[in-house]
Amino acid sequence: MATASTTTGFIRLLRALLIPFLALLAALLAGAAVMLLSGDDPLAAYSGLFQGAFGDGKSWARTIRKTVPFVLTGLSVALAFKVGLFNIGASGQFVIGSVFAVAVGINFDGLPAFIHLPLALLAGIAGGLLWGAIPGVLKVYTGAHEVIVTIMLNYVASLLGGWTVYAGGTQGQTPGPLWDRTAGAISETPDVLSSAQLPWLFGPPYRVHYGIFLALAAAVLIWWLIFKTPLGFEMRTVGHNMRAAHYAGIRVNYTIVLAMALAGGLAGLAGAIETLGLNHKFAPEFGGAVGFDGITVALLGQTHPIGVLLAAFMFGALDGGAAAMQFESGVPADIIQIIQALVLAFVAAPLIIRMIFRLRRQTHGDAGSAVSTSWSGP
Amino acid sequence: MTRYQPAAAQQPAGAPPKLEVLNITKLFPGVVANKNIDLALNKGEILALLGENGAGKSTLMNIIYGLYQPTEGQVQVDGRPVELHSPRDAIDLGIGMVHQHFQLVPVMSVVDNIMLGSESVDRGLLDRESVSAQIRELAERYNMPVDPNAVIEDLPVGVQQRVEILKALYRQADILILDEPTSVLTPQEIEGLFEVMELLRNQGKSIIFITHKLKEVLRVADRIAVLRRGEMVGEADPAAVSQQDLASLMVGRKVTLEVEKEPANAGEVLLQLRDIEAFTDLGEHALRGVSLDVRAGEIVGVAGVQGNGQTELVEVITGLRQAAAGSVLISGQDMTNASPRRITEEGAICHVPEDRHMYGMVDAYSVADNLVLSSYYKRPFSSGLTMNEQAIAQHAEELVARFDVRTPSVRNSGASLSGGNQQKMVVAREFGRPIRLLVAAQPTRGIDVGSIEFIHSQIVAKRDEGVAVLLVSYELDEIMALSDRIAVMFHGRISAVLPRRDATREQVGLLMAGAGVANEPASQ
Amino acid sequence: MNQPIPASAFRRLGGRYGNTMFIALALVAIAILVNVTPLKEQTWLRVLFGISALNFTLRATVPLVLGALSGILCERSGIINIGIEGMMLAGAFGGFVAKTSTNHWPLAASLIFSVAVAVAIGGLMGAVHALFSIRFRMDQIISGTVIIIFALGTSSYLYNRDAIAEGKFSSIALPGLARIPVVGPVLFDNPPITYLALIMVVVVHVALFYTRWGLRTRAVGEHPRAADTVGINVNRYRYVNTSLGGMLAGLAGAFLVLEAVGQFQEGMTAGRGFISLAAMIFGNWNPFGALGAATLFGYTQALQNELLLAGVTRVPRQFISMLPYVVTIIAVSGLVGRVRPPAAEGKVYETEGSQ
Repeated sequence: MATASTTTGFIRLLRALLIPFLALLAALLAGAAVMLLSGDDPLAAYSGLFQGAFGDGKSWARTIRKTVPFVLTGLSVALAFKVGLFNIGASGQFVIGSVFAVAVGINFDGLPAFIHLPLALLAGIAGGLLWGAIPGVLKVYTGAHEVIVTIMLNYVASLLGGWTVYAGGTQGQTPGPLWDRTAGAISETPDVLSSAQLPWLFGPPYRVHYGIFLALAAAVLIWWLIFKTPLGFEMRTVGHNMRAAHYAGIRVNYTIVLAMALAGGLAGLAGAIETLGLNHKFAPEFGGAVGFDGITVALLGQTHPIGVLLAAFMFGALDGGAAAMQFESGVPADIIQIIQALVLAFVAAPLIIRMIFRLRRQTHGDAGSAVSTSWSGP
Repeated sequence: MTRYQPAAAQQPAGAPPKLEVLNITKLFPGVVANKNIDLALNKGEILALLGENGAGKSTLMNIIYGLYQPTEGQVQVDGRPVELHSPRDAIDLGIGMVHQHFQLVPVMSVVDNIMLGSESVDRGLLDRESVSAQIRELAERYNMPVDPNAVIEDLPVGVQQRVEILKALYRQADILILDEPTSVLTPQEIEGLFEVMELLRNQGKSIIFITHKLKEVLRVADRIAVLRRGEMVGEADPAAVSQQDLASLMVGRKVTLEVEKEPANAGEVLLQLRDIEAFTDLGEHALRGVSLDVRAGEIVGVAGVQGNGQTELVEVITGLRQAAAGSVLISGQDMTNASPRRITEEGAICHVPEDRHMYGMVDAYSVADNLVLSSYYKRPFSSGLTMNEQAIAQHAEELVARFDVRTPSVRNSGASLSGGNQQKMVVAREFGRPIRLLVAAQPTRGIDVGSIEFIHSQIVAKRDEGVAVLLVSYELDEIMALSDRIAVMFHGRISAVLPRRDATREQVGLLMAGAGVANEPASQ
Repeated sequence: MNQPIPASAFRRLGGRYGNTMFIALALVAIAILVNVTPLKEQTWLRVLFGISALNFTLRATVPLVLGALSGILCERSGIINIGIEGMMLAGAFGGFVAKTSTNHWPLAASLIFSVAVAVAIGGLMGAVHALFSIRFRMDQIISGTVIIIFALGTSSYLYNRDAIAEGKFSSIALPGLARIPVVGPVLFDNPPITYLALIMVVVVHVALFYTRWGLRTRAVGEHPRAADTVGINVNRYRYVNTSLGGMLAGLAGAFLVLEAVGQFQEGMTAGRGFISLAAMIFGNWNPFGALGAATLFGYTQALQNELLLAGVTRVPRQFISMLPYVVTIIAVSGLVGRVRPPAAEGKVYETEGSQ
């Protein structure tokens, strides 16, 4: 242990990256095996995937564009993990964030952009905060397990989002409040006013907006919050040992609700950025699949904000390349979902990876926090 | 090392011992738990295995019970070498074990617990009737009454222990291993247990009695074997050995059995409890009107069998549990149901919790972080916005040196320390700041004698500085050794408060068992 | 001196049958009352309690109760199974593939074979969950999540949109019983998996509380070390139970494809696995309790359909569709309160000194 602290820090970083890297490798190999078994050509698929993700400027742009929401939903799940909660609700929070942001974005005509845009983004964060706080509050005051509550809230959010843009039915049902009256039978909102749109960093055909900087800033901010502030210390203490936190005078309930709300806020921000930067409107199909992927991203990133950035980039590449892969090689893009599940499995069970790659066991560090709290709550 | 002498009454001449372990060594990563141990148990004797916490007693017994595989060595039963791969093998060889932490399923009935693993089945369904009948018969024969249909968690610990013994007897055990069986009992219950042990011995059972309590060894054992740091250091004849000799043998140096302290110089009342009522998480009425005063410069020991409300009492005082009624005054200030932080700060109180892993520390945190667990938000550790890692590390270095916490560095995780050092870490954090009131629950549970002596001396030192000390312990010896006054808890009430000099073990023991609770005690 | 209330008294509040059973039975009693008296002329009462609503309730209850039983088997042995949703979906997909590849067989043979495949796939997923949780010490909630994502991805990847399952299970009226008013058409005129699900409730109940296997399973889930010290192989019980649980989830999937819908749809479980978990918790880990809770959840789904069929347009349909999810949240937060899960749930059991 006599090495200088910078070296050990670097080695520790490498060691932390080893398992996720090998997990990805193993998942790609296993995915290839699945493709071979179902008669697809894995080499063609992966080369299509790589081309689609990094082949040219447009591919790079797509990868970056797709990375943004993964960073934020990954951070959302990672932050909840820090207080020992499993946030499966990022997709619901994403949807509510989108709806709130779009509600502000299509109204307030005439507001200058430097007020309108931040307002719309804040609305998205607020929506997510609200939706994230619900499971936190229920957990704290009734013991309802956040896993079930967040999943149910995902369905509720999706229906709620659907209702706000509902075009009305054939039986004369009332249309939703955000529905675009000019859209006929299509359920969607009008376009976000240009004063609330996130500007392009590179305009069409690249379509990269400034959201990437918001995502990067969020990652740094969350890193600082978790590891450098007293609040972060409190969150980590609650996550590691709730009783000890209570004993140490930390307001456990408040910390849990706050962390869940912030987690929701991050996912809500993701929704806001997607609507204000990319889709420029909300429709039911702009749902929150990225929310569910946030779980994998967070775990792959070892619930560390910097790790989440890397993992999100990887997911952005996988997602960005998927369509090109299907187009080039005819392998259904759903294979990506299988690969993502395998990555999650391998990351969550390092023992499998150690077995496959015959690594020697090492003592467990601070890395993962257990989430299998029982159903009865605190 | 002296070899055992085949002195027991029922051992037929020339026959092999009932149980013998030969040259047992057990290595854990980084630790030699047992080293070249030889031990023999004769038929119909009570063999006491004496050693302090961490000496390797439980490891050895777990090897005999098939829970651990020895690294080297052999176990023989009736002179034949046996393979013990699992408890099943041990049970089949007639070995039964009563574990220190009862191995009973709390939500299941006595009969279900006793037959578990050796069920009686009739046409595919459990035959609870016939097993109940057998339990009643065994209970009668060995004088251990118990209701087979009772649910374990409703039973007092003493009865739960009976169930454990019956569980072994139901499996027709000839060899009984009792691992620290007295630690949860009142003196009277301990005496009852000894009578059962003697009855069992007289009926031909062989018993290994594991303990670290010298008095008990001398009271009940036919023969004594002493383990120290994983090695067998000697055997003794209870008729020919003193407590002092045994203590020195056990610890490997001269030990003072008494805690040295001057008479207390009690001052103003710093902690005043009035008619406190509280409930457990499950809604049981745990505190039923507790009133107690603790003065500056005195140690008030709360004696009682575990589960009589002590845990809840400490939690109410420290703000970890809501009081349903009554009041807590600290230094004259009303602190009833105040937040833990307010109590810590304004009450100048420190709390050594009953279970350090549950409350007292965060296993994954470094020693340095653990040492600021209750002050991380204050200057210089935090500026309000950011934490100051340097100040935290420096503070840790100071405390580690002052309280003799042995750790390679303050960056090592709390989990990596030994039990005694973890406890010293907790004590360092709590004692290391200015306090007026000290609440210590089980401050020396499961740690080595050296750490116990250190912590005891620190508690006495705090008292002498004028701190009011409330000590909760399930070890009557600890209460007797440290207290200036003794409060006995039974069924959620303080049933008596006695000055130490007037209290005898027997009297306190009777009170712990509920004697004299009919008349409502005076609050002081 | 009054004695303390024994802790077990709280646990026994609902007994082994659970409070939920009483609520469900009350619902049935009201329904019978409505249907055999002139009350049935009232439109609203008919919507809420008509035979059609009851039939719908039972249809919605079957996958939920099977899922809840799946959860009970796993969790009583100490393994948290959040992957029921995935196991159900995998079972449904397996059953669908089996059915489409045996369309040319006689219908009954093809259906029975497909059920067997669905159950086997579910069991396999259960075994994988056990393997992840026990052998590879993966966090059980994450392992369950992996199962869900994997099932979603694989079933979408392999799903052939041109494949059509021909035929599904039809109702079998039990002679005599089916003619009892109200109860007959609701309970005794159903397709086979529905009967099987109801029978499984009784089977699991008896097995858990009156057999050696059940006693050991519960001990393993409550206090694995106690079980270990009397020679019970803790992890073997966990493997077996989790696999059996997976099989029940697979059966629920078979019900969806082979009995209720007749076809496979991507993500067709639509949260039923999670609602099952809520039913398990609400039913206090008891089979009859779970049946009661599943019936209540099933009823909210039936209500959703009845209201839409009755042409209720004042309330947007999205809000009616939220009903089952909102009721689930209310159930796990408001009404549950004092549930007591198996004590050793979610924790890896390692024999001491096994390293």
